[in-house]
Amino acid sequence: MNLLYTDIEDDLRASVKDLLTDRAKAADVIARTETTEPYDLDLWRRLTELGAVSLHVPEELGGQGASTREVAVVMEELGRSVAPVPFLGSAVLATTALLGCKPSDEVRSLLDAIGSGEQIATLAISLATAPGSTVPDAIRSDSGLSGRVRSVADALPADVLLVPAQGGSGLELYAVPVAQPGVEVTPVTSLDLTRPVADVTLDRATGTLLAGPEAAEPAVDGALWTAAGLLASEQLGIAEWCLATTVAYLKDRHQFGRPVGSFQALKHRLADLWGDLVLARAAARNAADEPGQLSASVAQALCSTVALHAAEECVQLHGGIGMTWEHPAHLYLKRAKADSIALGTAGRHRQLLAPHANIPA
Amino acid sequence: MNEAQLRELTREFLAKNDPTTMDRLEFLRARFDAGLAWVHFPTGLGGLDLPREMQSVVDEELAGTPDNDPRRIGIGLGMAAPTILAFGTEEQKQRYLRPLWTGEEVWCQLFSEPGAGSDLAALGTRAVRDGDDWLMTGQKVWTSSAHTARFAILVARHDPDLPKHAGLTYFILDMTDPGVDVRPLRQITGEAEFNEVFMDNARVPDANRLGAVGEGWKVAQTTLMNERVAIGSRPAPRDGGMSGVVAETWRNHPENHTPDLHDRLLDLWTQSEALRLAGIRLRQQLAAGAPGPEGSAMKLAFARLAQELTGLEVELLGDDGLRYDDWTLRRPDKVDFTGREAGYRYLRAKGNSIEGGTSEVLRNIIAERVLGLPAEPRTDTKVAWKDLPR
Repeated sequence: MNLLYTDIEDDLRASVKDLLTDRAKAADVIARTETTEPYDLDLWRRLTELGAVSLHVPEELGGQGASTREVAVVMEELGRSVAPVPFLGSAVLATTALLGCKPSDEVRSLLDAIGSGEQIATLAISLATAPGSTVPDAIRSDSGLSGRVRSVADALPADVLLVPAQGGSGLELYAVPVAQPGVEVTPVTSLDLTRPVADVTLDRATGTLLAGPEAAEPAVDGALWTAAGLLASEQLGIAEWCLATTVAYLKDRHQFGRPVGSFQALKHRLADLWGDLVLARAAARNAADEPGQLSASVAQALCSTVALHAAEECVQLHGGIGMTWEHPAHLYLKRAKADSIALGTAGRHRQLLAPHANIPA
Repeated sequence: MNEAQLRELTREFLAKNDPTTMDRLEFLRARFDAGLAWVHFPTGLGGLDLPREMQSVVDEELAGTPDNDPRRIGIGLGMAAPTILAFGTEEQKQRYLRPLWTGEEVWCQLFSEPGAGSDLAALGTRAVRDGDDWLMTGQKVWTSSAHTARFAILVARHDPDLPKHAGLTYFILDMTDPGVDVRPLRQITGEAEFNEVFMDNARVPDANRLGAVGEGWKVAQTTLMNERVAIGSRPAPRDGGMSGVVAETWRNHPENHTPDLHDRLLDLWTQSEALRLAGIRLRQQLAAGAPGPEGSAMKLAFARLAQELTGLEVELLGDDGLRYDDWTLRRPDKVDFTGREAGYRYLRAKGNSIEGGTSEVLRNIIAERVLGLPAEPRTDTKVAWKDLPR
């Protein structure tokens, strides 16, 4: 077990951070949210050039041959910048689901296309789905794939949807190209402005079978568990930004002739937040280092709460400016709130921990 | 010396000193003299001038041999020893460290006073010069081990006309002096782990001063820094702490289960698990030579979780939660959370956010030293101590 960051991870962080500092400035991220292109696909292309999109894909499958530890470092930086890129959908959910399938030619070419940025993919499942509870919204019949999936993350820029569907004898997983008459991706007004969700409607759509009944369930559920564990690192990045930004503001902001940050009532709140982050960091690193149900649920139950609390404190302690559209704090609050529902709420993960903790209901 | 050589040395020591035939104290003295007591101490003072982490090699090799019962002499090991090492004269080091480590002489700490808790530098115990000696008069409180201690580390005020921090000097006090009176301090659990210590012209030779006259605050900082460093050397197993105790109580009382209690317990279990992971992470940082301030966050979280878990446990007991095991004034020589019942744990845990620095002071320290937030404006640091309001 290694809960620290290796030198290689530090280097990876530095290059991702450089890119994001340059290409995902707060004002630009806010401005983009109200355009017709909510995703920054140029930034996405640059991330793929860094190799950051295929980190935990083995080299023999054309990836970087790294692990979820490195993916987690990228998630931290994306959380810290709330950059509007389809990383969770394409590089985590879809990629991990593909890694759970038998490496057929179709799987290999999709992994290649995702890693190179040639195609964007996502798992066609509601972002609110908790691991361990996959009930597919689509069904497969002789005429194709049909069904409606609400609130899918990163579906808007997707070229391919990985669709879990109920087949004749169980769950099946299909690769479904978006560009066909039977697929409709409908934008919805999302709470999270920088990772908007969309509804997916399938009406006799055609797709390629990636995994049949034995393999599809573990592939999909495995992707959800891995994504839940890695989402904790995004939440860590969000919380770190919120704490650092609030501390900097309170050192600078003066009221009553003193820096606001010299008032004990506020210092104690920030000290508590820093303490929460110490625990969150340990839990997030553990989930990245040893992916699994226990580590993912501990990390989700904790980091989801800590990130949301950090974002709420950030808005409150900024006072009036924190309530404005102009200040980026709201982007973090919206992301943190959406993340607290994504891939299982903290309460759901606590329940999932009951058997691990030997604390039966 | 590398790890293999230290291991070899320890095995040679063990070959020459058989703990199964040797007197316990003789064994411990021999271990000290061989430099295997605390390897990071200097050679000749129980150590070998090695990095602190290498102690684990010795501890592994000597596992199962008689030890010095570290919980009984924690103040000596954790606070007095590093301070004597840093500020003591050669004679003081030679005289005190060996019997301190073997446990022959127990130490206590005379810092807190009824009028000086979080604000330690406001303390008022007077040290008055009398020829080659000093005479101590005042009252100390919350002193663990005072009733078993042979010596105390003591901070006293040699000059009330100076500002609070400047008028302090640090001493070693002989607890058998006739001017020292130790009385049990009964706490909310019914027992008395701690004492009040009254000094009425207790005599301390000037040779027992630690550091220069007026250096007391600086010397005390060394003591207190070591108190905060004193985290366990091994990671606790999952459920090794209070969460495991309360989970056991939960399983034993299915008749009292509700969804609300279930969720609260799982929440506290999760946080305890994260705290355990944070401890592992901090040890990895230390091993990598990059210690951080995370220990203070862990103390805050530990205190909060201990209090919430023990409070929940009393609730889980239903009507048994209305009873208490024993209010008798007892004098335990160490804290034992698991040897008593839930009500005791609940009450004793209230001390976790007070002892060793209150959680409030700890938050100030984190805010100012870790986050770099500005200090509160102070009015007490430049005035003569005698003129401060109290």
